[in-house]
Amino acid sequence: MTLTDTALRSGRGTGRRGLARDVGIVLARELRPLRHDPFSVIFGMVQPLVFLALFGPLLAGTLGDRAAGTLGHDGVWQWFVPAVLVMTTLFGTSATGSNLLFEFQTGAHERMLVTPLSRPSLLIGRALKEMVPLAGQALIIVVVMLPFGFRLHPPGALLGLALLAFFGVGLGALSYALAIAVRRQEWMFWAVQQTVIFPLMLLSGMLLPLESGPDWMRVVARLNPLSYLVAAERDLFAGRLDSTAVLWGWVAALVTVVCGVAVGVRAMVRSAD
Amino acid sequence: MIHTTALTKEFVVGRQQTVRAVRGIGLHVDPGELVAVLGPNGAGKTTTMRMLTTLITPTSGTATVAGHDVVREPDQVRRRIGYVGQGNGAGHAHRVRDELVTQGAIHGLNRRAARRRADELLDTLGLTDLATRRVADLSGGQRRRLDVALGLVHRPPLLFLDEPTTGLDPQHRANLWDHVRRLRAAHDVTVVLTTHYLDEADAMAERVVIVDHGEIIADDSAAALKAKLAGDRIVLTVGVTASTGTDGAAGLARLAARLPGARDVVRQGDRVEAYVGNGPAALPELLRAAATAGIRVATACLYQPTLDDVFLALTGRSLREEGGVPTEAARTEVVA
Repeated sequence: MTLTDTALRSGRGTGRRGLARDVGIVLARELRPLRHDPFSVIFGMVQPLVFLALFGPLLAGTLGDRAAGTLGHDGVWQWFVPAVLVMTTLFGTSATGSNLLFEFQTGAHERMLVTPLSRPSLLIGRALKEMVPLAGQALIIVVVMLPFGFRLHPPGALLGLALLAFFGVGLGALSYALAIAVRRQEWMFWAVQQTVIFPLMLLSGMLLPLESGPDWMRVVARLNPLSYLVAAERDLFAGRLDSTAVLWGWVAALVTVVCGVAVGVRAMVRSAD
Repeated sequence: MIHTTALTKEFVVGRQQTVRAVRGIGLHVDPGELVAVLGPNGAGKTTTMRMLTTLITPTSGTATVAGHDVVREPDQVRRRIGYVGQGNGAGHAHRVRDELVTQGAIHGLNRRAARRRADELLDTLGLTDLATRRVADLSGGQRRRLDVALGLVHRPPLLFLDEPTTGLDPQHRANLWDHVRRLRAAHDVTVVLTTHYLDEADAMAERVVIVDHGEIIADDSAAALKAKLAGDRIVLTVGVTASTGTDGAAGLARLAARLPGARDVVRQGDRVEAYVGNGPAALPELLRAAATAGIRVATACLYQPTLDDVFLALTGRSLREEGGVPTEAARTEVVA
């Protein structure tokens, strides 16, 4: 008996496989092409910086004297940097479905379905892949912003990233479900994704403070899970780890993950039909 | 290895419309068999295969694959089968060897064992030189070989191949079958495949299952199916002289009717046609009898049936019609 045989046999003998192990396998597979093509990652990392550099000053300038009142006393960067991280997560994970669409067409996804990989791991691993470049992005953004008066609270920042990753899994799973739902009309994926993303983003107070908007917007924002996430991230990056906003952020992320994974797995199980 | 009873699958396509893609398939495959599933497009071949590989859930009926029920224990089935679908199993953005190593990890191999197994398969399928290439940069034939390699990583006792050679040129097709044949010789793998190419099913499979309209309409060895349902056909013409005209043909037809298993003897001018039991033996016998009777035979042809003739006999339709090749042309092809 060869070594391979023994390993195979022991692999077969184990009953339930760990979800974490399967997520690890899917994540590692997704990351491998990035390793061979680091340029695309680096390019992606610079984009939020450009956004930050161009939008931040405009925001502060527009608000003028009211800036301190609307954005809080931590300053514009303390308000804006966490929001840009949420935005990057939002765009990254909500696009994961398009990767999947491609593997749907080629047959790679089908091959993975006919393996003992746990179904949720196929969703979670793919969504988490978006978080790896994001962690790098966060680091670059923070380092670049430090000279401009951004203050780093390491424990809060780390917790903030963990919360983002958690939320990203839910959003990635929803994106995955969307990809499956529209797999026969590919263009629909981007149409729906864009249609959903922009209102969600504007109604979360991510880019512009909602305090200066009409009442109805503030009411709608209260129903938007992203609002809670943005507020939680701002508190975490400011070092307020025990605020109520942070708690609500985790609740919003948890709801997103539970709904996302439930919908995503359901879609996937039916995807071959 | 496979046991199904009354397996059906219905797809809801419209508000009030369902398509019965598979209507009660009972299939039994023993360990070590090589079974080819044949049928026209939309016959239910792929749907059946997708049920057996846990990709879709049957509407009714049961299927036990590699000892486990496909609905109750899909995970156990997935561990024991290899599946090569119609698409490309390897992700296009990935490297050839990476995908094989990942597949090993998925099936529970540790890193070292997964790498070793990947290298083994690269070697077996002639992909070693392409190990670090991107899948997207491979040719169709290379990609197909990689798909087969992916299906074999965990040494499954049962391998499903869904149209493994579609789109390959003849050389690559032959190559791929060579690999499958060697694999079976070495590891005694049970293989279930679907194919569009009738000659492939004929040459490769010990058993041919013909599916039409979601049902199995024939299930036997290719030789038995052809003997039972189509039969050998002989066509002769007699030499025409001024004195006798085509009279010799009438005598030849009478002689042909006496051959073992002869039926449907038709004479038309100088031409005689008949179905006979054993063509290769019957033709020389008829020629000897004709010589004894003083009939001068000008030409003699033997047409042995193809699986398409079997399908034609069963359904009245030709499988090749889809490809636009007329049946007669196909027959001459075989003779030539």
